[in-house]
Amino acid sequence: MRSRAARVAVIAALIASAALALQAQSPRAAAPYSAVAVDGRRPVAASTVGDQEFLRLDDLAALLKVSVREDRAGNALTLTHGSTTVVLSLDQGLASIGGRLLSLSSPPLRDGSRWLVAPDVVVKALSLAAETRLEVRRASRLVVIGDARVPRVTVRQEAAGAGTRVSVDLSPRTNYTVTQEPRRLVVKLEADAIDAAGLGGSQGLVESVTTGDPATLTIHLAPGFASFRSAAVPLDAASSRLVIDLLQAGAVAPPSPTQGPPPAQPPTPPAMSSGDVPALGPPQAPALRTIVIDPGHGGDELGARGPAGTYEKDLTLDVARRLKASIEGRLGIRVLLTRDEDRLVPLDERASIANNNKADLFLSIHANASPRPDARGAEVFYLSLDGYGDEARKMAESPQGTALPALGGGSREIALILWEMAQARHLAESAVLAGFIEEELRRRVEMSARPIQQAPFRVLVSANMPAVLVEMAFLSNAQQETQLGTDEFKNQVAQSLYDAIVRYRARIETPPARRRP
Amino acid sequence: MAITPRVVALTLVAAVSTGIGTWLAVRYMAPPQALRPGATAGVQPGAVEGRRIKATLYYIAADGLRLQAAERDVAYAEGTPEQAKRILEALLAPPPPGLVTAIPPDTALRGVYLGEGGAAYVDFTTPLRANHPGGSLNEILTVYAIVSSVTTNLPAVTAVQILIDGHEADTLAGHVDLRRPLPPSSPWTEKGPA
Repeated sequence: MRSRAARVAVIAALIASAALALQAQSPRAAAPYSAVAVDGRRPVAASTVGDQEFLRLDDLAALLKVSVREDRAGNALTLTHGSTTVVLSLDQGLASIGGRLLSLSSPPLRDGSRWLVAPDVVVKALSLAAETRLEVRRASRLVVIGDARVPRVTVRQEAAGAGTRVSVDLSPRTNYTVTQEPRRLVVKLEADAIDAAGLGGSQGLVESVTTGDPATLTIHLAPGFASFRSAAVPLDAASSRLVIDLLQAGAVAPPSPTQGPPPAQPPTPPAMSSGDVPALGPPQAPALRTIVIDPGHGGDELGARGPAGTYEKDLTLDVARRLKASIEGRLGIRVLLTRDEDRLVPLDERASIANNNKADLFLSIHANASPRPDARGAEVFYLSLDGYGDEARKMAESPQGTALPALGGGSREIALILWEMAQARHLAESAVLAGFIEEELRRRVEMSARPIQQAPFRVLVSANMPAVLVEMAFLSNAQQETQLGTDEFKNQVAQSLYDAIVRYRARIETPPARRRP
Repeated sequence: MAITPRVVALTLVAAVSTGIGTWLAVRYMAPPQALRPGATAGVQPGAVEGRRIKATLYYIAADGLRLQAAERDVAYAEGTPEQAKRILEALLAPPPPGLVTAIPPDTALRGVYLGEGGAAYVDFTTPLRANHPGGSLNEILTVYAIVSSVTTNLPAVTAVQILIDGHEADTLAGHVDLRRPLPPSSPWTEKGPA
């Protein structure tokens, strides 16, 4: 009897351990993955078996339109998509495709009526069946399908002067816009999803950073935030860093994010609410706060016309809008358009809009024409004082103003501005800006044989700030007319102008002594 | 001197002839230099029969980006405004083979006036603006083809203001400021890179 009881105990123990072992091998639900395609994202169930993670094959197969069929003998799964077939062994980690064998970490596992597969089966075998690239990112629980753009994003926060600097590393390089909303900044990435490797914690003016669909970072702001500015700097060939400086109310701005770490801060003036108007005091540090973009022509004034019928007035407005969106979104600088619709705006009014809004920069956008159909390439113009006489030249030579006798003796520089030719005072800076624009355009679009020129342009002469007129390309050239019609070309022009503005801002916000020659 | 009937008669004759002379002078003499038209329709004052000069006129260069000088035979005329008119009429005529004109079609010259300080006012008909094809460079080339064709050949003229239908113009096509006399600008007429 004893021996019988012992046998029963041994059998029971064996059954229990077998049950335990079985339990250990049975799948446990894990946090789901997201499959990201260009057209959106869908959940993919995941399970853990032992210490290995598996994804639900049926979810992915349905997304990729791959059919899954178990053969009659029950020893293989056939994955079919169109004329492509991949056979997965159910006994060992092997796949067969077109007579070629692939070694896999484990065979598919049955989970009720469904199948689970290891990540490497997805990457190596399912991708062959579906004829598309599949990438499994375990840390961020993503399956990237095909050409979906899913940059790795690492966010860090650090103190910078009286404010906070948020660095967003993007790999690969990704275009973005930054927009301000109440109590938060929203960074929208041109991507299908974010692979967030780290979002940092609470620091200074940042309460937290969260991600949202499809590819949005939200920086939640702490009280005291006044303004921000952002710039992108390349890190290496494949990745870039977006630097966003959050400025404390009343603090002096650190140098441009592209200028390296901030130096010691000057004493912080008392905090000022945004509605306050500063009393007479030291002049504000030079900064780029407002830009006026002037889309050439409009309304009945068509401008130049291409051989296929494209109007200059339509192209100039299109590119101006792109540039405005890009500057406002990424630099946080106010941008005004002299027209945001198809209407005629007199030339005087265009400069007045810039002067009355105290713009720091005026950019007129045009498309060129020549009677010779071969003429091509972009050109950048700033004002020539030809014809404006000696008064204008004097203003250009003494841009600070005129020395007038002051009360109590001595003299004082007074800026006597002849509005009609206000541009004369800014010629030297306009030339610098024109140079930046020419260099940035040259990186992306074809330049004319005479890329920088001066001319007595009516729209520039009254502008009381650095002012440049850009001719994007020759609309009279049939090939260039086609180019001008593409999003790619218009974006390239807008990006070049944006980059030139970033450079110009770094220049004026850096004291002359620190400027590179 | 006693006032005799003879003296009275002579004085009257003198007064009347002075009056008539003054009226004739005002009616028929040329207006002051600043407002003197170079020519009126159908009449060619200042023109010298058959005599011609070589003038440098400006057309659009082959690259379409600048002006190119060309020597042309132009009727000789006495006086700067008349000669300027002959030069501009030659510029409005069909260009020599291989060259392209910078002047819009159907443009005609209304007159040329000389102002102070070497400025010439050249008055064209509306097509100069209405038929202009647009584009900054196009407009620059039209303006400086006119300016340089006048100043290069007439040393007395140092700047040219373009008028349209007798009125000051803002621009031809929305770019070049025409509100003042423009001096020639060498970048537009110089030879380009080889």
